[in-house]
Amino acid sequence: MSSDIQLPELGSVGLLRYGWRQLTSMRTALILLMLLGIASVPGSLIPQRTQNPIAVGAHFRDSPDLSKWMDRFYLFDVYGSPWFSAIYILLFISLIGCVLPRTIEHFHAMRALPPPTPKNLNRMEYYSKWAASGGELVTARSWFKANRFRILEQEGTFSAEKGFMRETGNLFFHLALILILLGISFSSLFGMRGEAILNVGERFVNTPTSYDSLTYGKLFKDGKLPNFILRVDKFDATYNIVTNSPEDYTLNVTLLDGDFSTLKKHVIKVNSPLTIGSTRIYLQANGYSPVVTVRDSEGSIALQGPIPFLPQDGNLRSIGVIKAPDANPQVGFLGSFLPTYARNNGSGAISVFPQALDPRLLLSVWSGDLGLDSGIPQSFYRIDTSSMQQIGLKSLKPGEVFEYSGGSITFDGYMKWVNLSFVDDPGKNYALLGAIVAILGLLASLFTRRRRIWVRFGSEIEVAGLAKNAAPGLEQELNKLISVLKGEI
Amino acid sequence: MSRNWAYLSNYLVYSSMAVYTISFFAHAIETAWAVRIPNASSSQTFDYKRTEKVARIATAMMALGFLLLFAGVIARGISAGRVPWGNMYEFSITGALAFSGAYLAALRKYDVRWLGLIVSIAVLLTLGTAVTLLYVPSAPLVPALKSTWLVIHVSAAIISGGVFLLANAIAAAYLYLDSMESKGDRTPWAKRLPTLEYLDQLSYRLVAFVFPLWTFAVIAGAIWAESAWGRYWGWDPKETWAFITWVAYAAYLHARVTVGWRGRRAAWLCLFAGSTFLFNYVYVNVWGTGKHTYSGL
Repeated sequence: MSSDIQLPELGSVGLLRYGWRQLTSMRTALILLMLLGIASVPGSLIPQRTQNPIAVGAHFRDSPDLSKWMDRFYLFDVYGSPWFSAIYILLFISLIGCVLPRTIEHFHAMRALPPPTPKNLNRMEYYSKWAASGGELVTARSWFKANRFRILEQEGTFSAEKGFMRETGNLFFHLALILILLGISFSSLFGMRGEAILNVGERFVNTPTSYDSLTYGKLFKDGKLPNFILRVDKFDATYNIVTNSPEDYTLNVTLLDGDFSTLKKHVIKVNSPLTIGSTRIYLQANGYSPVVTVRDSEGSIALQGPIPFLPQDGNLRSIGVIKAPDANPQVGFLGSFLPTYARNNGSGAISVFPQALDPRLLLSVWSGDLGLDSGIPQSFYRIDTSSMQQIGLKSLKPGEVFEYSGGSITFDGYMKWVNLSFVDDPGKNYALLGAIVAILGLLASLFTRRRRIWVRFGSEIEVAGLAKNAAPGLEQELNKLISVLKGEI
Repeated sequence: MSRNWAYLSNYLVYSSMAVYTISFFAHAIETAWAVRIPNASSSQTFDYKRTEKVARIATAMMALGFLLLFAGVIARGISAGRVPWGNMYEFSITGALAFSGAYLAALRKYDVRWLGLIVSIAVLLTLGTAVTLLYVPSAPLVPALKSTWLVIHVSAAIISGGVFLLANAIAAAYLYLDSMESKGDRTPWAKRLPTLEYLDQLSYRLVAFVFPLWTFAVIAGAIWAESAWGRYWGWDPKETWAFITWVAYAAYLHARVTVGWRGRRAAWLCLFAGSTFLFNYVYVNVWGTGKHTYSGL
């Protein structure tokens, strides 16, 4: 037993203290900062669920085994993953542990006088001396005061110091980063974000069931959804006739809010959302909804109305599905909507302009079991054709009817749909405040020089200076002081 | 009317390329001509008086190229009826303008004429790529770009980019000269370049000067994103890489100021940080996905 190496007793408190020191050291903070940069790389190269769920789905279809493994490491949700969170939480703990003690230290240092003048000034980086001619002390005092140095006058010497803004700015910058993070966490706890696709003419009542997707923070209360009803009146899109790219989107809505007594008209554009209290409504995307009527063999209507189709390219070739579960037998349609139809030898029917100048609805008709009664949730934009069979293919102009065995479909026309985002982000103002303070702090810390100047008065005048962080410009400043003291200026 | 302005812009951009080419050759001649070998037995000497005229021509042509390109960028903006930052062609010509502008501004304060050769060739390559590969006809902006923040966010980003790349060129020059010196002496033409210490300081100062502006560019982008997309930060690839660039330069500044990195290590870190900026510009714009790729290029 006695031959065992005896480690000094560290104890759990000592171990914790050691860990805390390691975590809050500057080196650890720097490594964590670099790690955070590296950790955010994969999310920009691999599709992410939050931004591009369709591409994630395609990845799973193309290589399911690899995707399963990647998903275990949260590679499709990098920015919400435990390992990414771990890095930034550690970084911010490290930052707080680093900055708070420094803030207290700096606060005391700011109120203290500069340390006394050292004995041997000639050891300083900058030093010069010359024979006194009298009156230097008064001149020096007024020069230091005019240049806003803090001075300690002692035994015929001046010890002067300037540039505390450097550390003040530096601390404010880091404290502001913490404020930004608090703002972000506040938003994710108390915020909400919902999406809804609305056809022109449709009404939106602000209740959870009206949304196509709705996410809230853990502490957001359902009842907090503000009361309002929104009607989509009109949507106009204009396109450049040379480049086909969109030039303007204007959405007109009517809003009924508060005590539901007044109707107000509003315009929503891409860069100007509608604000209702703390909720903002953004125009995100738009597309076409073909309007169809599906009839069964007896001529009674099985389905009627606009069906939103999803745009696939810049000319708004859009695809979608139409499901008529009430028809007997059930029918489903896989469709393409082409706003301005043209034929192309390579790829068949295409759209050559995003505006509906010569619209077509291309349909393939499927008959059988849509599988809606199986209880498995189904996508609004997909049909499971495994227990169906194709019974027809047709291209329709507005107003035309396609009759297939067991019924008919009429292409009545089209309307536009808009995708609106409803966002309540209560933390964003804290984040903005943090960002502004961060920039100001950064400017103060990068462009302030911290330096000390000493003057000893006697039969000879001695002047010495020291710049922290080897900041430039001290030599010129000293030369100025010297020439002032010598009476040259 | 707007088409004429677009043509004028193209002429001005092409003319500026011609002038930058003259500047490039003048810089090359200046570098080569200063070397003198009086006779076979004596070693090389340098005579910068002899090349002073060429050097002046080189700088004057750089300034003229800058003015022509400036006019070209302005005319492009007039033709489209907006600020000329709507697609990658326009970003590239403005970026080239910012880069040569950063050089000319630095030249007023520091003796960086030796950089002219690198700057003129970089500007020519950028403009060449812009007019051949990236050119798109002048057109109004897509709705998402119609915002005052376009002016604020993009101008801050372009200026930061120009200065970052200048700092990168200097850091690269540092590494090149450093390896040359560690093998022996500098080759004749390199002898006129400043000391390693000077280059080291200069690239640091440029980064320290422009880092707050880059921070501002990112924040302005976040404010704009809030009003256009309903979130100020969404880890879009462009945003992610802007953040990575910010982290890399923040690490560079920390490494210099608090850890005391100098010289070779600092230069490598500076180059690394600059390459994240270039990656963001080239890769994310051309091959990436996300909300910053709607510009058609």
